[in-house]
Amino acid sequence: MNQNNSNTLKATPLKDLHLQLDARMVPFAGYEMPVQYPSGVKKEHLHTRQHAGLFDVSHMGQIIITGKGVAKALETLIPVELESLGVNKQTYALLTNDHGGILDDLMITRWSEDCFFLVVNAGCKDRDLKYLRDNLDGFNIDHMENQGLLALQGPAAEQVIKDLAPESQEMLFMSGSRVNLAGIDCYITRSGYTGEDGFEISAPPEFSEPLARKLLSYERVRAAGLGARDSLRLEAGLCLYGHDIDAQTTPIQASLLWSISKSRRSDGEKSGGFPGAEIIFQETMHGPTRKRVGLKVEGRAPVREGAELVNKKNEVIGIVTSGGFGPTLDAPLAMGYVKTEYSKIGTEFGAIVRGKVHPVFVQKMPFVPNRYYRG
Amino acid sequence: MKKAPSGLKYAASHEWVRDEGDGTATIGISEHAQESLGDVVYVELPQLGMSVVAGEETGVVESVKAASDIYAPISGEVIAVNALLEDEPEIVNGSPYDSGWFFRVKISDPTELHNLMDTEEYESLAAAD
Repeated sequence: MNQNNSNTLKATPLKDLHLQLDARMVPFAGYEMPVQYPSGVKKEHLHTRQHAGLFDVSHMGQIIITGKGVAKALETLIPVELESLGVNKQTYALLTNDHGGILDDLMITRWSEDCFFLVVNAGCKDRDLKYLRDNLDGFNIDHMENQGLLALQGPAAEQVIKDLAPESQEMLFMSGSRVNLAGIDCYITRSGYTGEDGFEISAPPEFSEPLARKLLSYERVRAAGLGARDSLRLEAGLCLYGHDIDAQTTPIQASLLWSISKSRRSDGEKSGGFPGAEIIFQETMHGPTRKRVGLKVEGRAPVREGAELVNKKNEVIGIVTSGGFGPTLDAPLAMGYVKTEYSKIGTEFGAIVRGKVHPVFVQKMPFVPNRYYRG
Repeated sequence: MKKAPSGLKYAASHEWVRDEGDGTATIGISEHAQESLGDVVYVELPQLGMSVVAGEETGVVESVKAASDIYAPISGEVIAVNALLEDEPEIVNGSPYDSGWFFRVKISDPTELHNLMDTEEYESLAAAD
């Protein structure tokens, strides 16, 4: 029996649309998802950077947590400042474990004083839900299981949203708003996973497909699949859970200290109080043994996930966790973990591809400048 | 999908072979192969003078998303490689049977050509893929 048999895979509300658009469907995190459309990953990627790509990300977990004092309660699990997060403001956050490892990375938006909206990774959502329910006793945790989530990403996204919701207020990067798009009640946030300006749109299941069709009716909007989503996020230097970060990786090793709010750090006024805080603080003070870095790859051969990184003495000093080809860079690129002494920008070492050593350099991320709208 | 030119022979691993009639053969990958790979961004070819063996890995073709091995459909000594692929690997997508060829060999055992599929056989295999 094939575990990936399509009978056992879940479908998003946009499955019929993907099939109609002749997408190549693949199993991903238990869902049947479009990896690319006939135009191909490269064109979808470049189109998103130049105009706008529409991605189906309905496989991700959308969770609403409600209850008096929910901000304070969530802060016991997540090292961000939520009590003072404004309504309709969004933050990137990590769920940490007792060893300081990362259980998941997620987006949190405050819907009201006592209500937060979480978007978590598809592959982690069942475990996250159980974890949240086990640890947030007395709060209402609602999984919007069939809710659609569409990501409209790229410089043309703003114009499309303005056109569909002319009365909507101007939104900045990492903020949200409840809007009516083409007659459909949606919650949108100005954020994404491509490094571009753009929006993520949460829409009711039955209206997700009509909304997607409406968005695709704009000349500058084209459907883009998971393939382009991956190459775009890699160029943007963003982590993919299960590859670049996992339960054995700490935020410090992952170069994600920025995601821990100042008030929650060792010298903050609300220091600690989340799982693994002591380990993370120790590591901040003494420095991690390994660090996540961006890698510029010499030549044209892509360096893929799992490739070993070696120094001049041919000793293994790290491993690639994400790698491929960046259509915007028109060059291969990668990220991975190296022993801290090799993590300085510009440091040269080798990546082993099919037995041969290819020179790579530590490069500052993002590889392609991000273009978030900050006003 | 573009129809394959007639007169070519194919391996089940989706490489084509053109018998040049002078003891040499040209090798590339099929339309079906380039289609399923997607945008080709890098091709690693065998070295000139190297001996390749039918059915063995002789190179790699990489798309944005993944790397796939290239197998030699017949045995022989590599006498030419397509240098164009170094700077313009995307021609494999645009012209898999023509300017997107991979390498040429001096055939070491012409009987191996009989082990390969003709266009019709290959197309039915590719259609079932």
